[in-house]
Amino acid sequence: MVKAVHYLNQFFAGLGAEEAAETEPTRLDGAVGPGRGLQAQLDGVEIAATVACGDDYFAEHEDEALDRLLALIEAEQPAVLVAGPAFGSGRYGYACARVVAAAAERGIPAVTAMHPENPGAGAAGRALVVPTQVNVAGMREALPVLGRLASALAAGRELGSPDEEGYLPRGFRRNRFAEQPGAVRAIDLLLAKLGGEVRSEVAAGFDRVPPPAPVQDLGTALLALVTEAGCVPQGNPDRLPTIRARGWLRYPLEGVESLSPEAYESVHGGFDVTLANEDPNRLVPLDTVRALEREGRIARLHDAFYTTTGNGTPVESATRFGREIAAELRDAGVQAVLLSGT
Amino acid sequence: MLAKEIERAGIPTVFVTALPTVATMIGVNRNVHAPAITHPFGLDGSERRRIVERGMEMLQADVTPTTVWEVA
Repeated sequence: MVKAVHYLNQFFAGLGAEEAAETEPTRLDGAVGPGRGLQAQLDGVEIAATVACGDDYFAEHEDEALDRLLALIEAEQPAVLVAGPAFGSGRYGYACARVVAAAAERGIPAVTAMHPENPGAGAAGRALVVPTQVNVAGMREALPVLGRLASALAAGRELGSPDEEGYLPRGFRRNRFAEQPGAVRAIDLLLAKLGGEVRSEVAAGFDRVPPPAPVQDLGTALLALVTEAGCVPQGNPDRLPTIRARGWLRYPLEGVESLSPEAYESVHGGFDVTLANEDPNRLVPLDTVRALEREGRIARLHDAFYTTTGNGTPVESATRFGREIAAELRDAGVQAVLLSGT
Repeated sequence: MLAKEIERAGIPTVFVTALPTVATMIGVNRNVHAPAITHPFGLDGSERRRIVERGMEMLQADVTPTTVWEVA
């Protein structure tokens, strides 16, 4: 019998709901909450401890929380770490992803579970992510898959493909012998395509996200503004880099009707910001959106805008920024976004 | 990439960009073609309004993946 550690947020660990979202990393004995259901699905593995952290505490103290959680996890010397399921919860899913990614990097096999559109879904590094439904109604369906994969990881069993085993693709390539030569397989794909079925053995370079359903009526919607044009308050108080940004920033818009050149500027180092600095609304159209808000064309503008410098940003970083911002927008109930790029 | 991740979270997003070819290459779904890199939301208020309205139209429209709309 080997040991597992289970990571949960404050809510699933029974420590409280939103009011407990600032709970610091903590350890509980054995399996807690959904961990009990998970335990029943594990084979040869016992959940020795549950570690928990408040969703807000993790988001606001990411590196420190991660260090503390990993210390708690490593102290148990587990054969596997399981996190979640987080379903559609953005902050929780992101925390689960970061925790399992870090554990996997340190040699602890790890698996988490969440809805495929959860901002954390692509942030799990080498760890496995089991796709789930968007809310807790998917718990019954998720636990057996999570249990089976966790048991497999703990036993060191070699895993089959994502399709076979029920986890999300991680982008790794493995060599295996095909049953038929490439020429035969190519003709099969062509014949299938002629018959209307499009299949591919190789995924395209950039993945595709299906377009989300349109907003039914912007007049009842919460809209947010996001930019990668480096728009910041005058003087760049938080020192957003002009290139190779390490992160993003959020600035309040409550009571602000327009982005004046006295109060805002652009620090993007990849284009000439003269025109933008004459009128920052040219980057983030606050004046126009406020007018539309007054006219009732949109219900409300979100009380903050998000900004970063999209200049020389590696795809991996930009993806991470996007996930983090998406998690906040989702938690704030934002229903539509206008994003300006350069 | 920001747009894609926000879309991945299920929130309809319109990306206003002067480089829609790059946007569609990386897989952004709802794109409005901005007039210039230096001023994606136009120079003056009336141009800005047209661009924002086009974006709003797109937020409320069903689109096939990687679509680009021009602004009248």
